[in-house]
Amino acid sequence: MSVDLATVKRVARLARIAVSEDEANRMVGELNGILGFVEQLSEVNVDGVEAMTSVTPMAMKKRSDEVTDGGKAADIVANAPVTDHNFFLVPKVVE
Amino acid sequence: MSELTSLTIAEARQKLRAKEITATELTEAYISAIDAANGQLNAYIKVTPDLARLMAKNSDARIAAGKAGDLEGIPLGIKDLFATVGVHTQACSHILDGFEPRYESTVTQNLWDDGAVMLGKLNMDEFAMGSSNETSYYGAVINPWRSAGSNQQLVPGGSSGGSAAAVAAHLCAGATATDTGGSIRQPAAFTGTVGIKPTYGRCSRWGTVAFASSLDQAGPIARDVRDAAILLKSMASVDAKDTTSVDLPVPDYEAAIGQSLKGMKIGIPNEYRVDGMPDEIEAIWRQGIAWLKEAGAEIVDISLPHTKYALPAYYIVAPAEASSNLARYDGVRYGLRVDGKDIVDMYEKTRAAGFGKEVKRRIMIGTYVLSAGYYDAYYIRAQKVRTLIKRDFELAFDAGVDAILTPATPSSAFGVADENLAADPVKMYLNDIFTVTVNMAGLPGIAVPAGLDQKGLPLGLQLIGKPFDEETLFKTAHIIEQAAGRFTPAKWW
Repeated sequence: MSVDLATVKRVARLARIAVSEDEANRMVGELNGILGFVEQLSEVNVDGVEAMTSVTPMAMKKRSDEVTDGGKAADIVANAPVTDHNFFLVPKVVE
Repeated sequence: MSELTSLTIAEARQKLRAKEITATELTEAYISAIDAANGQLNAYIKVTPDLARLMAKNSDARIAAGKAGDLEGIPLGIKDLFATVGVHTQACSHILDGFEPRYESTVTQNLWDDGAVMLGKLNMDEFAMGSSNETSYYGAVINPWRSAGSNQQLVPGGSSGGSAAAVAAHLCAGATATDTGGSIRQPAAFTGTVGIKPTYGRCSRWGTVAFASSLDQAGPIARDVRDAAILLKSMASVDAKDTTSVDLPVPDYEAAIGQSLKGMKIGIPNEYRVDGMPDEIEAIWRQGIAWLKEAGAEIVDISLPHTKYALPAYYIVAPAEASSNLARYDGVRYGLRVDGKDIVDMYEKTRAAGFGKEVKRRIMIGTYVLSAGYYDAYYIRAQKVRTLIKRDFELAFDAGVDAILTPATPSSAFGVADENLAADPVKMYLNDIFTVTVNMAGLPGIAVPAGLDQKGLPLGLQLIGKPFDEETLFKTAHIIEQAAGRFTPAKWW
């Protein structure tokens, strides 16, 4: 499988990365290089093989559903670019 | 290089406890060494001398009070991937511009609890994506090693290039690092240092900036095998904050050093060879086999038939997980924001300005292989291949093999801004061909220096172990270290 310019632009949009025409053109070649490299996986017979979901055979740990932490709103917004009264501020999304 | 900075962690620990030196003296020696070298090596992207002096002073007080921890007064460098309270933590990316966390990673907290001193944050490939440390927003790290009779700048490997260079140049006693496809072991091999990636689940990932969550593991880079064992014992823990942290007590890894190899079976996989691999790598591998045989181990040929598929499967799984993990960088909660005409425009402009080329490339690949219609063909197939890669190792271990010996890398350190590599991303990816299998299978792997090539550059060997059997790796790597000797670059900086 390979990608064309339109696919690169669509994927960039999905990934929320603005790309210029030049960048998109360059990426077509780079991504096709990588996709060509991973293409060799199609020679592997994977019939009846389970897809890996956990690399270590272990049950995921669960903790009791209780409050163990909190009251840190100021810490949470401390690194945000724009805040107001412990809220994150974003451009208007609803008219 | 002052005498103090040439001490290993084990040696410094003994002198500190005997009160022959103070933590303050040791820390000052490292701060001076960093001041003198960092302009040329670029290993540190943030030095924290005031914090280091304060931590050293507290260490001296605890030593005087007879309350010294296992790493009391030992000055360390920390990879920029680990969250450190109030100190630069950006994974060497512009998108985390100005980020200073309000929390501490579990791995670094474990080190401070044991008395270690932080010298600063170390350079790395952006979001740990790279094999040469050249994708860092803060510029390339220069390897303290040079080819004999040459001034050419070489890379220290990556992504933990700052960690490896700082350890090799004695700009810290030891360093934290992380390994997703080889990012501890490849730079260790390129700089004549020892690096271990422990079993997945051994070190908590809490507070470590995520790249590919099913592959990422923290581990140390150190000057010798004993120091690596001392550091890993402190870094590893059982952590309720990481659901993949394994409930197993942390052994005293240092106690494994010096144990005999008699009765051990070492597997040699025929598949760990690539076209164009220098004869010297093959020769050092044979030398390693001879050393282990001499030490009483039995050598057996094994086959790991899916080895060649590990790297292509990795370049689906890792970018897929990365594209998901890095979705959080949106200009809202932390780091860089570039304003736009609406919220989507803001996201797109922020991410375009904040991520470097290699990171964008991997996010794009990851987004593509996870997108509708391609998920089964790429991602599910890659995870099936991953099952087969792990099964290869399980069959070898079931047949009685205790550890596997391979070369660490297909070459020694290469030049900064290598044109051949810059033109083709896949060529750079091939650096991890011998290390990436270990991450795909979740196993522990250690890189240990085994000799120098004809250019006078370090070459490393890799030992791969059973899950949670890091002790066998330390024991066996120590035998190689004793036979090969230790390697220190000639100081030019």
